[in-house]
Amino acid sequence: MLPELGNFALILALCFAILQSAALWKTNLWMARRCAFGQWIFVLFAFLILETGFITNDFSVKYVAENSNTHLPLFYRITAVWGAHEGSLLLWVVILGLWTTAVAVFSQRLPVDFRTRVLGVMGLISTVFLLFLIITSNPFYRILSYVPSDGNDLNALLQDPGLAFHPPTLYMGYVGFSVPFAFAIAALLTGRMEAAWARWTRPWTLLAWCFLSLGITAGSLWSYRELGWGGWWFWDPVENASFMPWLAGTALVHSLIVSEKRNAFHHWTILLAITTFSLSLLGAFLVRSGILVSVHAFAVDPARGMFLLEFLLFIIGGALAVYAFRAKKIESQLKFSFISRESFLLFNNVLLFVAMSTVLLGTLYPLILDALGLGKISVGPPYFNTMFVPLTMLILFCMGIGPLCHWGKTSWETLRKPMIISLTISIIFAFLVSLPVALAVFAMIAIGHRMWLTRKTMPSPNRLGMWLAHIGIGVCVIGVAISATHSVERNVRMGVGDTVQVGPYIFKLQNIKDIRGPNYTGTQGKFLVSRDNETITNLYPESRLYTVQQVMMAKTAIDKSLFRDIYVAMAEPLDGHTWAVRLYDKPFIRWIWAGGILIFLGGLCSASSRKFW
Amino acid sequence: MKIKFMLFIPLILFMIVCAFLWRGLSLNPREIPSPFINKPVPGFSLPELYHSDRKFNSQELQGHVSLLNIFASWCISCRVEHPVLMDIRSQKTVLIYGLDYKDSRDTVLKWLHKSGNPYQKIGFDETGNTAINLGVYGTPETFVIDKQGIIKYKYIGPITEDVWQSELQPEVQKLARED
Repeated sequence: MLPELGNFALILALCFAILQSAALWKTNLWMARRCAFGQWIFVLFAFLILETGFITNDFSVKYVAENSNTHLPLFYRITAVWGAHEGSLLLWVVILGLWTTAVAVFSQRLPVDFRTRVLGVMGLISTVFLLFLIITSNPFYRILSYVPSDGNDLNALLQDPGLAFHPPTLYMGYVGFSVPFAFAIAALLTGRMEAAWARWTRPWTLLAWCFLSLGITAGSLWSYRELGWGGWWFWDPVENASFMPWLAGTALVHSLIVSEKRNAFHHWTILLAITTFSLSLLGAFLVRSGILVSVHAFAVDPARGMFLLEFLLFIIGGALAVYAFRAKKIESQLKFSFISRESFLLFNNVLLFVAMSTVLLGTLYPLILDALGLGKISVGPPYFNTMFVPLTMLILFCMGIGPLCHWGKTSWETLRKPMIISLTISIIFAFLVSLPVALAVFAMIAIGHRMWLTRKTMPSPNRLGMWLAHIGIGVCVIGVAISATHSVERNVRMGVGDTVQVGPYIFKLQNIKDIRGPNYTGTQGKFLVSRDNETITNLYPESRLYTVQQVMMAKTAIDKSLFRDIYVAMAEPLDGHTWAVRLYDKPFIRWIWAGGILIFLGGLCSASSRKFW
Repeated sequence: MKIKFMLFIPLILFMIVCAFLWRGLSLNPREIPSPFINKPVPGFSLPELYHSDRKFNSQELQGHVSLLNIFASWCISCRVEHPVLMDIRSQKTVLIYGLDYKDSRDTVLKWLHKSGNPYQKIGFDETGNTAINLGVYGTPETFVIDKQGIIKYKYIGPITEDVWQSELQPEVQKLARED
C-alpha cells in the first residue's frame, strides 16, 4: 500500500510542478508559491515512504530488493536510499524542492514579476525531473508475483559513512545552481539585467557553490579512505562532471561581483549562470546514461540516456535560445585600467573558463573520436595534470594580486609593499619546496597582508568569507602539491612478523585474526608502526568479503595527523600465510580537505552577509 | 527585428555537443575492438584438463563453427554465465571449447563435476600464457570461431540469455551457413 502512495505523491508533485511552471506565462505569484510548497511536501513524502521501505526491509519494492539486505546495518539501510540511480534521482528532486521552497520564502525583496518568473523556471526544471523519475526511473516499482525473501545488498563500495554525506552535499551544490540559472532566465525575460540582479543572485550562487565545494571534498576524502589506492582524485569522467560546474561556478561567483559593483560583465555573467547549471545537468547525463566508462556510472539503460538528452536539449537549448533573442538589450560599458580589480577578476574568469573547457574537452574527447569513428582512446591523468599545473599557478598568481587592487585603477605604490613581501617569501619556498607551493604561499601572504592592514576594524562577513575561501584554495594547493611529490608508497607481500620500511616509518605485521561483521567476514591485521624505535601507533586494516554479493573490499586503516597520514590497505591473502599489503606515508594530505572545508566556510560566511537578505 | 549573430554562438556550440552526445548514446564505451578479429586463432597446444597427458591443439578448432570460452573456477561472473553455456550445449547448435585460465586442477574439476560440463574439450592454461596470446583482458571472454579457424567475434563479460540470442547466436548461424 505505502509504495503506491509514494508513487501517487510523486504524481501529485508533478501536477504542482506543472502548475508552478505556468507562472512563466501568467504572473500569479500567490499560486506559484503555493505550488512550490505543495510540490516539495509531496516529494518529501515520497522520499520518506522509500526510506520506510528500506528501514522495514520491504523487498516487494524492486529498488529495495536490489539495494538492501536484512543483514545490512540500519545506518546503511537509511543511506542506501540514494545508493543507486532511482533513489539518488529522488534525492535530487527532494533537494530541488528544498531550493525552490527556499527561493519562494526568502525572496521577499525581489519585484513580483521577477520572482514569479524565477519560480516558473524552477517549476519547469522540477517538471522535467519528476517526469524523468516517474517514467523511466520509478523507485516504487514493485515485484508482487514473487517477493524475494532477502535483498541483493548494497554495493560494498557504498557501505561507508561517506555515502551519508557526499551525495546530499554534492546534490545541494548541483541543484543549487538551478537558482542562478532561473534568475538569469527571469532577468532575460523581464529585461532586468542590472546591478540589482547580480546582488539578488550572488547569495544563492555562493550557497550552491560552497555546498558543491563541500560535496567534492567529501567525495575525494571518501575515495581516499575507501578505494585503498591512497589516491584522492582520479580524473574519472564523473569526478570531472562535478569539477566542471565547480570551475564555472567559481567564475560565476567572481563575475557576479563585477556585475554588482561595477554594473558590467552582464553578458558574461548571464552566460556563466546558464553554463554552470548546464554543466550540472551534463554531469547528471554523463553519470546516468552510461555514455562514458566510469567507476561511478549507474546501471545503464539507453532509454534513460535518450530521455535525459531530450531534457538537456529542452532546458539548456531553451535557455540559450532565450539568451540569443533577448540578450541584445543588455548594455554594459566600463573602462578600467590594466592594474585594477576588474582586470584581475577578468583574468581569473578567463583562466577558470579555460580550465573548465580543458576538463570538458578531456572528458568528451574519447566520445567525440568514437562518434566520428576515429578510434577508441582514453584520456587520463597525464593530460589533466599537464594542463592543470600551469593553469592553477596562473590562477593563484591572479588570486594573490586581485584582492590587493582597487576598483577602476590601482597605483603601483599600493601594490609595491605587499608584493615585495610575498614575492620574497614565496621565492624561498620555490627553492625549498616547489613552484606550485610557492605560488600558493604567495597568494596566502598577499591576503594575510591585506587582513593585517584592516586588523583594527571587524571585517564584513562578505570580506571575511572571501579571505577564508582564498586561504582555503592556498591550503588545498599546498596539500595537493606536497602530497603528490613527497609521498612514499610500497606494495609488498607480508606475513606475520615481517617488517617493512616506508620513508622513516617501520611497519610490523604483528598478527592476523578472523573477523565477522553483520554482512561480511574477513581478516584483520595488526600493524605496529614505529619511527626511530618509538611506537607511533597500531593500525588495524581489514580485508573483507561481503557475503551476499561475494565482493572483496579492503578496509583501510589510517593514522591521520595534520602533517602526514600513515595509511595501510590489506588486500586478499596471496596464500595461506602472506597478504598483499599497500603501505603509504602521505605528508600534508589532510591539507587538501582542510582547504575544501575552509572554502565551504568562506562561501557560507560570504552568503550570510546581511546586505544580501 | 535585428538579431545579432554573436548571441547565437553559445546555442550553436551547445547543439554541436548535443549531436555528439546523441551519437554517443548508441555507442558502447566498454567495447574494445579485438585486433584478432578476422585473424586465425593464435596457435597453442595445451594439456587437456581431464587428461593431462593429452593435448588440446588450436588446429582442432577447424572444420566447424565453435565458441572458445575463457573461464576459471575462481571467477564469479563465470558462474553467472555457466547455466547459459549449459543451455547452449543442450541446443547442440555449436561446440563450446573451454580455456581454463590460471586455475587449480582440483577445484575446477570439482566445480565442473558439481555444476555440469558444457565444454567439448578444455585446455588447461595454468600459466595464462595462451590467454595472453589471445589478448584476453579477464574472464569470462568468448570468441566465435568459423570453420577455417578464424576468429569472427569476441564477447567480453558473462554471456546472458539475452546476449546469446541477440549477439552470439546470429553470428554462429551466419557462420554455419557459410562453407
